[in-house]
Amino acid sequence: MNMSVPMPVTLDVGSDGGFAVSVRGLAKRFGEVKAVDGIDLDVARGAIFALLGPNGAGKTTLMRMLATLITPDGGKASVMGHDLVAQPHAVRASIAMTGQFASLDDDLTGRENLLMLSRLLGFRGRAARARANDLLAEFDLSDAAGKQVKSYSGGMRRRLDIAASLVVTPDVLFLDEPTTGLDPNARQAVWRMIRAMAAAGVTILLTTQYLEEADQLADRIAVIDHGHKIAEGTSHELKSALGSGCLHVMLADPRRIEDAAAVLQAKLGLAAQAGVADASLSIVTRTAAEANEAVGALIAKGIELAAFSMGSPSLDEVFFALTAQHIGEVRDDV
Amino acid sequence: MSDVSSPVAVFRSVARPPAPSAVSNALVFGWRAVLKFRHVPEQLFDLVMTPIMFTLIFTFVFGGALAGSPRDYLQVFLPGILVQTVTFNAVYSGMGLSADLDKGLFDRFRSLPIWSLAPFAGLVVGDVLRHLIAGAIILAIGLLLGYRPEGGLLGVLGGFALLLAIGFGFGWIFIVLGLLVRTPMTVMTIGFTFLFPLVFASNIMVDPATMPGWLAAFVAVNPVSLMTTAIRGLMGGGATLGEVAAGLLAPVVLTAVLAPLTLVLYRRQ
Ligand SMILES: Nc1ncnc2c1ncn2[C@@H]1O[C@H](COP(=O)(O)OP(=O)(O)OP(=O)(O)O)[C@@H](O)[C@H]1O
Ligand SMILES: [Mg+2]
Repeated sequence: MNMSVPMPVTLDVGSDGGFAVSVRGLAKRFGEVKAVDGIDLDVARGAIFALLGPNGAGKTTLMRMLATLITPDGGKASVMGHDLVAQPHAVRASIAMTGQFASLDDDLTGRENLLMLSRLLGFRGRAARARANDLLAEFDLSDAAGKQVKSYSGGMRRRLDIAASLVVTPDVLFLDEPTTGLDPNARQAVWRMIRAMAAAGVTILLTTQYLEEADQLADRIAVIDHGHKIAEGTSHELKSALGSGCLHVMLADPRRIEDAAAVLQAKLGLAAQAGVADASLSIVTRTAAEANEAVGALIAKGIELAAFSMGSPSLDEVFFALTAQHIGEVRDDV
Repeated sequence: MSDVSSPVAVFRSVARPPAPSAVSNALVFGWRAVLKFRHVPEQLFDLVMTPIMFTLIFTFVFGGALAGSPRDYLQVFLPGILVQTVTFNAVYSGMGLSADLDKGLFDRFRSLPIWSLAPFAGLVVGDVLRHLIAGAIILAIGLLLGYRPEGGLLGVLGGFALLLAIGFGFGWIFIVLGLLVRTPMTVMTIGFTFLFPLVFASNIMVDPATMPGWLAAFVAVNPVSLMTTAIRGLMGGGATLGEVAAGLLAPVVLTAVLAPLTLVLYRRQ
């Protein structure tokens, strides 16, 4: 327990293949809920890796396990070669985590929060103050440095919370929904910071519910749903695994939308997603020929189209197809 | 995106300074407790208002009836109100912990490579400060109203030392409660429900000789009575070693049992 004893460095590159984070069959249940149900992951060093999933998918639970905040019920994981359960202290020394909800002391000022962390991590006197001031300046918080955190806006809190994770540059940074609740400007600012950190060599594992965010930031994406990983790859791979194209149709008669969805699902084997406009549907297709047949099938059923077009699927459409497919698979199992 | 092309100093790798000692970690949390006093001075108001009201009401309203004169009553009552103040204060510290845990602040602390009990050491520093400040204010008011510690300066110092031990020992009860209960208000309700009978069915306010036999029997073994007797003895002069030992019993037992339990509960979360 004496922190002044340096921790032995056990870099076992053999077992983790040099990955920053390596996870095998990790599981955690809360009562009846299998929050994380056997997930495998490998995050390459220096990469930005996104965990993408809807509410309750298990993203936070997975991340809290990796940050040693909760102990897994099953499986194994290592962070920078340190085993999660056997060497939690060594794991903590190589990570930093910015949780989904701000972990700041509201009563203290922004500067005091950073000073506290700087001192806890071993900076002394002037060095601690200098470090806090550097971070405040970099995260555009110098003007508010002397104000209590309880008076900060959501964007300021988020920036301070991320700054608090960078007091010493971690090997791996966990960011749980770093931009949820931020306006577009604040979101852009956080994205820039994330890219800059990655450029400095920090491995970043982030969670998000925004497909666009994963698409924009991440080198690799794992899609999580109901505690399972249902797909993984680069955003390009995810798009092409399901299909290279996306068929958008606009019905002349909005009341036929359910018939149309059924026809498309029967023809293409995937669920069709309702578009932004009332009478529109989009669905991932493998080939143009397939899309052509699907349009033909709609017309054969007497469903008139006001417009149709072919495009590349957005990650949004890919995600919809993936989760719908997954639910289908689970149902098939039952 | 300009940040990427020109990575600024802050994002360049900042080396980890040598790991600080457990003591240094604990001191940082102590510093945090002191800062809280500066930013939230209202908390002191909460802490001392109740005991001041108790002192004034009991001394002037009941003092004459209970001990012949308010001044005579104050001689026995003041050391007791100090014990009451410190035990009630401990509830507030449990509430603070429960609020911290609720906000996720401890998630950050727990993901840092620091001595895992350091945050609690900080709580203790904050408590000690609270007890000292509240105790000093009550004593000052007592002196103004005519309380005279016959044990002299040494007696008062001894009394305050025991007071801190009591605050330390009782603090664990509410730290454990704060770890188990996520709503500060519930911590307060449970805390006071437990403390009220202990504090009122004691020798703090009323001479147990006037109570029914069964109650007097409880009062005689109530740790709050034992602690009050010890502090009265120290501050009033003429404390026996046995009295002081009896007064220390509860804080020592509480610490021995609850400090390890705190560790287990904290790690298990
Ligand atoms: N401490 C807990 N006690 C009980 N159930 C929990 C706990 N934490 C999470 N769960 C449950 O586990 C499941 C996964 O939750 P988790 O918070 O990991 O999801 P998430 O993907 O982070 O969701 P969100 O996008 O809403 O943050 C949910 O069903 C949730 O209700
Ligand atoms: Mg979450």
